[in-house]
Amino acid sequence: MVYHFEFGALIPYIPVILHGVLITVELTLFGTVLGIIVSILCAWARSGGPLWLRVPVGTYVELIRNTPFIIQLFFIFFGLPSVGVHLNAIDASILAMVINLGAYGTEIVRAGITATPRGQREAGASLGLSGPQIFRHIVLVPALSRIWPALSGQVVIVMLGSAVCSQISVQELTYAASFIQSRSFRAFEAYFVVTALYLILALLLRQILRLGGKRIFPGGKAR
Amino acid sequence: MPLISLTNLHKSYGQNEVLKGISLDIEPGEVIALIGKSGSGKSTLLRCINGLESFQEGSILVAGTSVMDSPNQLRLLRQKIGMIFQQFNLFPHLTVGRNVMLAPTVVKKTRQGEAEALAREMLDRVGLEQKFDAYPGQLSGGQQQRVAIARALAMQPLALLCDEITSALDPELVNEVLAVVRDLARQGMTLVMVTHEMRFAREVCHRLVFMHQGRLHESGPPEQVFNAPTTAELQQFLGMQ
Repeated sequence: MVYHFEFGALIPYIPVILHGVLITVELTLFGTVLGIIVSILCAWARSGGPLWLRVPVGTYVELIRNTPFIIQLFFIFFGLPSVGVHLNAIDASILAMVINLGAYGTEIVRAGITATPRGQREAGASLGLSGPQIFRHIVLVPALSRIWPALSGQVVIVMLGSAVCSQISVQELTYAASFIQSRSFRAFEAYFVVTALYLILALLLRQILRLGGKRIFPGGKAR
Repeated sequence: MPLISLTNLHKSYGQNEVLKGISLDIEPGEVIALIGKSGSGKSTLLRCINGLESFQEGSILVAGTSVMDSPNQLRLLRQKIGMIFQQFNLFPHLTVGRNVMLAPTVVKKTRQGEAEALAREMLDRVGLEQKFDAYPGQLSGGQQQRVAIARALAMQPLALLCDEITSALDPELVNEVLAVVRDLARQGMTLVMVTHEMRFAREVCHRLVFMHQGRLHESGPPEQVFNAPTTAELQQFLGMQ
């Protein structure tokens, strides 16, 4: 038997696909921006913050890095309502992505902070800057520029991981694919197109992060 | 009243005592070089003066403030003493101008425009006003060190501590940095420097302090130290130069 490809069968579903792309982009945008903020705060807490913060942050990081993303997502979406926290599917997905990226990002950002030459902090201290001022004005930006490629990679992983959110009925790209193939029985075509779209999105995202890095971190590579 | 006053300073790293009871008074406007072999405690002593190193015993007063006081006191004290490092330690993500403006704006809350004018003035003093918008990575070592000096001067310190500030430079870049230091000395800045540039120390300093095995072994005006060293250790040290 020979399978006849018919990509034309997908044409009626273009709005569904585009909507899926939009939701995936939305999840990624919020997940990334908030996740990076969480990463920076937790990395600060783990590397230079008060002792009483280091243990809870360390626990958070290890808990998330050693459990599956889908379980974290299910816990937030299906588990939390039992204790009175009701989130819609999109909010639950964004929260799960922020928590997930935050944990991996913490360790990445922390590596950048740890690699700061001691002389940089000493120069700041000898100018009369306080600890938090040194972190914000002297340590943070070179630390981020050092680990930007690694962090960018993690952001792409989180974007691709958002496919899992279709499991709680978020109508993102993967959801669009299953929806289309269940209606049209054109599984090959549907998944082929969606795969290509993920690839394009990932490559675009990498490019945006690369160019963004050049904008945010002028002055060349930090030592 | 001395600007910087060290009394019976002791410092150890674990079992290893690196400063064994140092007392030294530095007057305003005085230019002092700490000389001695590697490991004699010169840099450690210098770093104790602005609290980059802690110490176990003794006291350090800078313009009447103790280095051992609260963190807030220490920050105030550090605003009064600039420090220049062997490795320059410019902030790589900031332009030259921003490097100089950072501490005035962040610490002293100087307004942006005022801080920029100040930064340009200080960079002009070290001959690098035209590099205001360059990044440290685009400068030679000598230029970077001169920017580091401008950065310290922008806090209008009472004294500058110089920790082997020419040791990381290629020989042909040493003189441009020393010329800046020479100007500062002439203008009456209090300078405490750890240096291996003996000729420079002899020319510029009012007093040389020879350290040996964690103690102030011998000190005096350059002529005396160079022409009539009294201890065998200093004679031997000068003989090696």
